[in-house]
Amino acid sequence: MNIIISTIDTILNWGRANSIWPLTFATSCCGIEMMCASASNFDIARFGSEVFRPSPRQADLLICAGTITHKMAPVLLRLYEQMPEPKYVIAMGACTCGGGMFSGKDAYPVVNGVDKIIPVDIYLPMCPPRPEALFDAILKLQKEIKKESILTRKEFLATHELFLKEENGILIRKDYDELY
Amino acid sequence: MNFLLCKFIELLKNFNIPDSIGILLFLPLPFFVIISFLIITVIFLVLFERKLLGYFTQRKGPNRVGVWGILQTTADAIKLLCKENIELLSADKFLFTLSPLVAFSAIIILWCIIPYNSEFNMINSSVGILIYLIVSSFPMLFHFLAGYSSNNKYSIIGSYRALALTASYSVPVIFIILSIVCITRTMNLNKIVLFQTSYWLIFSNFLGFIIFYISSIAKLNRCPFDLSEAESELVCGYHTEYSGMRFAMFFLGEYAELFVMCMLISILFFGGYLPPFGIYLSNILSGNCSLCRYLIYFEQTFWLIFKTLIIIFSIIWVRATLPRLTQKKVLELFWKYLTPLSIVNLIIIILMRI
Repeated sequence: MNIIISTIDTILNWGRANSIWPLTFATSCCGIEMMCASASNFDIARFGSEVFRPSPRQADLLICAGTITHKMAPVLLRLYEQMPEPKYVIAMGACTCGGGMFSGKDAYPVVNGVDKIIPVDIYLPMCPPRPEALFDAILKLQKEIKKESILTRKEFLATHELFLKEENGILIRKDYDELY
Repeated sequence: MNFLLCKFIELLKNFNIPDSIGILLFLPLPFFVIISFLIITVIFLVLFERKLLGYFTQRKGPNRVGVWGILQTTADAIKLLCKENIELLSADKFLFTLSPLVAFSAIIILWCIIPYNSEFNMINSSVGILIYLIVSSFPMLFHFLAGYSSNNKYSIIGSYRALALTASYSVPVIFIILSIVCITRTMNLNKIVLFQTSYWLIFSNFLGFIIFYISSIAKLNRCPFDLSEAESELVCGYHTEYSGMRFAMFFLGEYAELFVMCMLISILFFGGYLPPFGIYLSNILSGNCSLCRYLIYFEQTFWLIFKTLIIIFSIIWVRATLPRLTQKKVLELFWKYLTPLSIVNLIIIILMRI
């Protein structure tokens, strides 16, 4: 049984790790670096991730590039929920890792760390990170994907299952009010 | 096909299998050959396009998976096969699941109509080109149904645009095909190819080729006419809500349609499976040995695919060069310029043939 699972895992993980299609989602200046990463000097296509899908239904990776405000938070959560399994998240830039220059209570409209809303696989601090750093994050994500198994993926889903509620037609977390 | 059938039955006779079973066994064989050819072609066509787009924009393209990245699209296919299929609560379930299947299977029928060489032609009908026209309108219809059934505003806008585009490009396409039928006086694709042994039809119908080329880019739903899935305005057009394998069917179907359309262009204008200068290389290379007869079939298929790939290269070049047109401009181009031009072209050709 273990042999079967491990062979399936190697094939599946090889496929998943080598074709990470990101979602076209950029909220501020890190988005410029993300666009730069797909242009000619850096070329994200070498790793097979140049297929930026506009629809979350076809994307595997959410590169959260830029500051997330409280107004944007439900939208981000909704986009994450719309993505089909298996899905991964890279928190790009200092703002999404822990607030960055907006950390603390002075900057009231900014979510301090995107991991309060969605589960994050790779943190990529810097303000903003250079395209090379984004490639490094993608390569690290590929390593992480190659390590995982179908069974652990299920456990991950169970532990990270989000409890959502609908407020004014927008999906948000149930503990949203307690968090903020 | 008859020659291949005879060879197959002769082969089975060595194992003492009667003729009737041989005929029955032969029926599905060409279909399997075409299907496997289709899947391999489509997977490498996607890679071909991604590599070429890379080179056109001074990038390298995929080069990490396998040697020169040749396994990139295989990885994509494995991933898309195993991705979650999202069932929408608001969607019309029956049409939502049906439309990618029918759109893809219609394209497989298109692949069966094409004559790959003088023997291998699965549906050798006397009205082959008419069948092609009718069946090739199926994918567009089911793209519309896909957008309609997914109950999403972006999908439905994309579907309506696709319908508007269909109405505009099909008129010039039909007139150009009529002009070709006028020249060759046959609707059989095989006979159209054999008509071109002395000269290719592009020399007698150059204007028609230009119009047909532009219309076929619109038919394939590619840049600069990819209005129905304009990424910057509509999220993804008609397949916004599709994920996993169903999306892959649309995605791969688009490329399968691209290949078969370019095969049709090379059959109608560039002499299909005939060699460029009327001389078969296999005749020169192998002399008059018994293998020569089989080698010629492979060479014919090689020439067809070679011409097809050159046309596909030019279409990808167009995609890398031109920006997307607005809907008004596209409709203007087709109704004001290409449709009258194609009618004029038809009249000129009819007058010349009288």
